[in-house]
Amino acid sequence: MKGFIDKIKALLHKVKRFYEGPFLRFVDKVKYRLTHNFILNTTFTHLVLFRFIRIKITNKRRESTVGYMFIMLWIIGFLIFALYPVFYTLYLTFFNVSLDGGDLNMTFVGIANYQAAFLRDTQFTGLLIEYTLQILLNVPVTIVFALIVALIINQNIRGRGAWRTIFFLPVIIASGPFMEVLVRQGVTTLPSISEFTVIDLIIDNVGNVLANPIQLLFEQILFILWFSGIQILIFLAGLQKIDKSVYEAAMIDGAGPWESFWKITLPSIMPLITITIIYTVVTMSVFSITSETGDFTNFNEVIEYIRGVLFGPPRPSLMTGFGYGSALAWIFFLVMSLIILFFVGITSIRRKVR
Amino acid sequence: MGMMTKFKAYVSKQETSEFTDKAKSKLRFHLMGRKFTDGLIYKVFLYVLLISLSYIYLYPMLFMVANSFMTSSDIISASVRWIPSALNWENYRIVWQGVNYPRALWNAFVLAAMPAVAATVSSAFIGYGFAKYNFPFKRTLMVLLLVTFIIPPQITMWPTFRMFANYQLLGTVRAFIYPAILGQGLNGAIYILIFYSFFKMIPKVLEESAQLDGATPLQVFMKIAIPLAVPAIIIVFLFSFVWYYNETLLSGIYLADQWVIAAETPGAGYLPLPLRISQYINAVDNFPVGSPAYELSQAIRLAGNVLTILPLLILYFFTQRYFVESIDKTGITGE
Repeated sequence: MKGFIDKIKALLHKVKRFYEGPFLRFVDKVKYRLTHNFILNTTFTHLVLFRFIRIKITNKRRESTVGYMFIMLWIIGFLIFALYPVFYTLYLTFFNVSLDGGDLNMTFVGIANYQAAFLRDTQFTGLLIEYTLQILLNVPVTIVFALIVALIINQNIRGRGAWRTIFFLPVIIASGPFMEVLVRQGVTTLPSISEFTVIDLIIDNVGNVLANPIQLLFEQILFILWFSGIQILIFLAGLQKIDKSVYEAAMIDGAGPWESFWKITLPSIMPLITITIIYTVVTMSVFSITSETGDFTNFNEVIEYIRGVLFGPPRPSLMTGFGYGSALAWIFFLVMSLIILFFVGITSIRRKVR
Repeated sequence: MGMMTKFKAYVSKQETSEFTDKAKSKLRFHLMGRKFTDGLIYKVFLYVLLISLSYIYLYPMLFMVANSFMTSSDIISASVRWIPSALNWENYRIVWQGVNYPRALWNAFVLAAMPAVAATVSSAFIGYGFAKYNFPFKRTLMVLLLVTFIIPPQITMWPTFRMFANYQLLGTVRAFIYPAILGQGLNGAIYILIFYSFFKMIPKVLEESAQLDGATPLQVFMKIAIPLAVPAIIIVFLFSFVWYYNETLLSGIYLADQWVIAAETPGAGYLPLPLRISQYINAVDNFPVGSPAYELSQAIRLAGNVLTILPLLILYFFTQRYFVESIDKTGITGE
């Protein structure tokens, strides 16, 4: 046994000597050859290409080169995997596409698809407005709720590991196929919420314009709870980054928990709030469940409608098929982007004021 | 005499009021605490909130576990709603043997772990590049990054499928790994954004001092930025792992060939566990949705769900403690 270990040690020593000696010398030689040749020649201040193109090495240029090196993977990935699908769907929006056997039958129609979406489609704009109101209400509620939960389970409470594991459940369940099974079983609904008299009270006093979204909010409280798992975890991770000694210093200066939250916690995790806003808007917008009886089917009717146009049975005139469906999806995409911009704008304004 | 009693009464009144004042302030201290967050009221409020919230999250889990133990007579019987008449492991046994659970779980873990690791590593690099360096077209590229995330996957699915067919990636695990390496995996943009904001939180001074000491950009990244972003690494890995583990829609499409292989030889082929189990159950009892026989087979389905979720919960229970341990490492920075 001892002999075996000695053998391995000797081998490792040999490898080390090889690495430090010939190997590194070879790497240096290759480096020198790569940077001092006919095509590329580097001096301390200049890059020389083909002996006559001289590029001055500035700090700015060096920085942007290194930056591009870091994101190179993403640029390559974008060119290979994302560019084609994204722009192909944009391209399709200008066509009337119909399936003819296995082949695509495409005729150019210009912006007729977009015109049809707003002028001739009787359902789409209504659904879109309803969705916008819903999202504008749901997102702040989700963010605030997730932040509160993250703050709570970040404290020293009994059985912290167990609590954190429980609040990880929505991450697993909401992302998987389990949601569908559960929705079908009716486990994820609160039957009593629609019977609350509060909603009637609001409708009586404020009127339908405000009451409808609030009623929707009540109906979707559970949905919001189920879709805040990721946000809770992101906030929880962000809270770990805040230095404990900052809180101590603030406490000595007489700051209570309330002030510490507004002056230390919130500004530190502000960038994460932006991310969670983006994430919440996107997941709530593209989520759809294809169950026959589930109550969540009516959550996001826009995407259901688009799916119906894309893959559903053919409908009269222009308003069918891939071209029209893609046009609807791009309009939907623009609305989502506007909503995200709106929220991100609000949070950044508040940051500047403080 | 009259004076004396009056005086005594006065003194005793003073004493009692002093006593009640003391008791009051003590009670107040216990209820409110020194700064409210350590008082009893706050604690009670906290635990009530936690318990009621976790009731909502645990309710479906309890439902699943309870129903997975039920025999078919339990499901029909009206008297049995929550507690099964006996601990009936039959449903678990069927699923366990049917899919060759240990083997299927290992395959599912490998299938999820490979793209998850790839996505975590690549998005750390990409996020760092976006957060710490300035270069031309940075804003444009970030907008494009967001576009790939925001655009509804329902419409890009079909062109993506055609593209993957052109690249001949269909039916292999590579359909998941290659995009993940290149930062285009499942929800890839959100990982990049998480790393982006975590690296933004690191003060620039730290990196500059390392640079002055002669560290190359790569060394600064590995030795300074990465140790300070441990929570981000953990959540990105967890998210991507869970998402790849649970992903059924895309894998149903991309791994269609694997699917066929797996159906012929049980336990073979890399398939997500949910797909593997539902595929097995569909093969065993394929009843139309809504029929009584389908309702009866629900118990087996739920047992399968429990077997799918449980490993993830165990994994998370052991990783969440690193959230706390990483504090000490980040605390030194003096942000």
